[in-house]
Amino acid sequence: MPIYLDNAATTRPCAEAVEAAVEAMTVNYGNPSSLHKAGLEAQLLVDKARKIIAGSIGADPFCVYFTSGATESNNLALRGAAGAYGRRKKKIVISAVEHASVDETASALEAQGFEVVRVSPREDGRLYAADFLNACDENTFLISMMLVNNETGYILPVKETFTAVKRKYPDIITHCDCVQGYMKLPVKVNAMCADMISLSAHKIHGVKGVGAIYIKKGVRVVPIVTGGKQEKGIRSGTESVPLIAAFGAAAEKLLPTIGERYERVGTLKKYLLDRLSSIDGTAVNSPEDGSPYVVNISAEGRRSEIMLHFLESKEIYVSSGSACSKGQQSGVLVQFGIKDKRADSAIRISMTAETTEEELDRLAEAIAEGFEKVRG
Amino acid sequence: MKEIVLVKYGEMALKGLNKKTFEDMLTKNIKRRIKPLGKFVCTSAQSTLYIDPQDEDIDLSEVVERVGKIFGIAALCRACVCEKDFSDICEKSYEYLEDVLGCAKTFKVNAKRSDKAFPMKSPEICMELGGKLLERFPHLTVDVKEPEITVTVEIRDTNAYVHAENIKGAGGLPVGSSGKAMLLLSGGIDSPVAGWMMAKRGVHIAAIHYVSPPYTSERAQLKVEQLCEKLTDWCGGIAFYCVPFTELQEAIKDHCPEEFFTIIMRRLMMEIAQRIAAKDNCLALITGESVGQVASQTMAAIACTDAVCRIPVFRPCIGMDKTEIIEISRKIDTFDISTLPYEDCCTVFTPRHPKVRPRLEDIEKAQNSFDFEPLIQKAVENTEMKTFDISK
Repeated sequence: MPIYLDNAATTRPCAEAVEAAVEAMTVNYGNPSSLHKAGLEAQLLVDKARKIIAGSIGADPFCVYFTSGATESNNLALRGAAGAYGRRKKKIVISAVEHASVDETASALEAQGFEVVRVSPREDGRLYAADFLNACDENTFLISMMLVNNETGYILPVKETFTAVKRKYPDIITHCDCVQGYMKLPVKVNAMCADMISLSAHKIHGVKGVGAIYIKKGVRVVPIVTGGKQEKGIRSGTESVPLIAAFGAAAEKLLPTIGERYERVGTLKKYLLDRLSSIDGTAVNSPEDGSPYVVNISAEGRRSEIMLHFLESKEIYVSSGSACSKGQQSGVLVQFGIKDKRADSAIRISMTAETTEEELDRLAEAIAEGFEKVRG
Repeated sequence: MKEIVLVKYGEMALKGLNKKTFEDMLTKNIKRRIKPLGKFVCTSAQSTLYIDPQDEDIDLSEVVERVGKIFGIAALCRACVCEKDFSDICEKSYEYLEDVLGCAKTFKVNAKRSDKAFPMKSPEICMELGGKLLERFPHLTVDVKEPEITVTVEIRDTNAYVHAENIKGAGGLPVGSSGKAMLLLSGGIDSPVAGWMMAKRGVHIAAIHYVSPPYTSERAQLKVEQLCEKLTDWCGGIAFYCVPFTELQEAIKDHCPEEFFTIIMRRLMMEIAQRIAAKDNCLALITGESVGQVASQTMAAIACTDAVCRIPVFRPCIGMDKTEIIEISRKIDTFDISTLPYEDCCTVFTPRHPKVRPRLEDIEKAQNSFDFEPLIQKAVENTEMKTFDISK
């Protein structure tokens, strides 16, 4: 059996999600916009999923919109807010460790004349609310930061930052990319002071191709996809009922166990780090108090991709940096103060609560062996 | 550091001997509403209810959000619990208020000393604590007229409390303290507002809705159910009655003059509503009518409708403009649902030229030309009931 330890890239859809998707493809296959019963049944499936997801983030179902995934949600948050508020104000503040779907979108807006400020971690590798607050001013309309960094598991001070920003600049829209935190940490929009958040289904054992965005009432975004006014005009295009239903089913399954899974994965992380500590030359790039779901390590002197393929030959699947950056050296790790050779040799192990100690044993053995065998 | 929620009673604090009944009802309503959020201990003293969370990870902002929608409350706030000792009050204030005062420029301190045994008097507490806070947060200045932040210290029986926010409560009386009434809920903007306004006066709401398939769609009914669900945030549990109305509407169309359609329809609706109200111990009907808004809401038309009513009909929106009603519907978050575009039964067979000043005798004559009674009975018998409980 291969050992899959790349759950931050994607997860295996759970049985409930698959079942919900199949039902929506075989039984309730209507178009939610149709006026007849078949349409209504499909709409009810979408509404049900919407309600589950809204409930899971402490939001009103009216404020949850389905998209094709978190990349689209992030695009909609940034471009949509720029469309709605960008006439009078020109500045966007983001963290320097964002996922490409935020960072590249911000760059695209930069090219259109917006000013983007990227707040970096301090020397201790941590981000501070005060630094974000200092970066904001009267000309700022949006601040966007992720909840959990996808490469290191570092948990960003989102709540502190958003609370402080809202207190000083109530008009600044706050957006949080919650992809790596959702269903792993409690995500509550009000407590976080978030006006918008992005979610992804396939990171929580749903299916690829669907995500959601929460947009607080009163916050305006200009849609980036126009057409038949589905999702109240925020995101046109016939709803992907099967994927949405699967998203709801996955969220419903995971919601009650956030706490106990976090604890379990925390134990696994400790176990793994303990095993790795006996291998000379390995260094841990993830912060101790980060999300245990992501463990970033470096086997120094052994390039990420080579180590990755060595582990692959042992049927162990991990990732180098973030899967989306396909092997390029990670600018994000450098931001966290992990440089040069160490960044070149970073591999990311991302677990689920189903990961076992035995699997981690095999991983540790394989890394030790790789360390011996692999050169350069 | 321990944080709790303080709830100040509204006008029920002014009640006499039956005050306890009101208090108990409010406490019960609050407990029901916050129960899904975790374990709490609720105690009441000096016209204040203390909501004390028993688990650390309880989200107090959610508690405030929910309790803020419960009627019978004048104000509420999150507060930090201190020993009744000035140095403890200072220490806790530094920590508790750090975020708030860190971002503010001006503040003042307000003290309420209900325990007169506390050695410092209120003005003294204000001055001393104000001074300490200024030392601690040197960027602040005191502004007693228009401070950004008002820090309140309350010295009460067992503890002292510090807080920097005072949230206005929903006001009114605890739901249930005034008995039950039946709300005619169409799906438009006005009727949910009417229900909310009566719930505010302590009335427990039941709702009745009329469906006319195939003239109205299932989506229209689902929309009204969504409204009910929304209202539970404020009104608590709601019994929802859904009346099959098609045959009656068709009979009206077949047997009555077109100009009277709407008024006769409303008279039949009222008739059915009171019969169901009687079964469910409702003491009155509630509608969202506002004088002159549409032809069936002129005074003459309302008089014709009222002629069939044997119990009081409350119309809390009667003197309001549409814009005022919309303002409330936005506040209670029913507007977005109400404006979904599904046709309800009120607009089925709408006459082109409805009678604006109908005379009761003409209406009665028109209605008596057909025996509606068997159809009314059938509609009442086939009415379906669903209950909506507090959502989430």
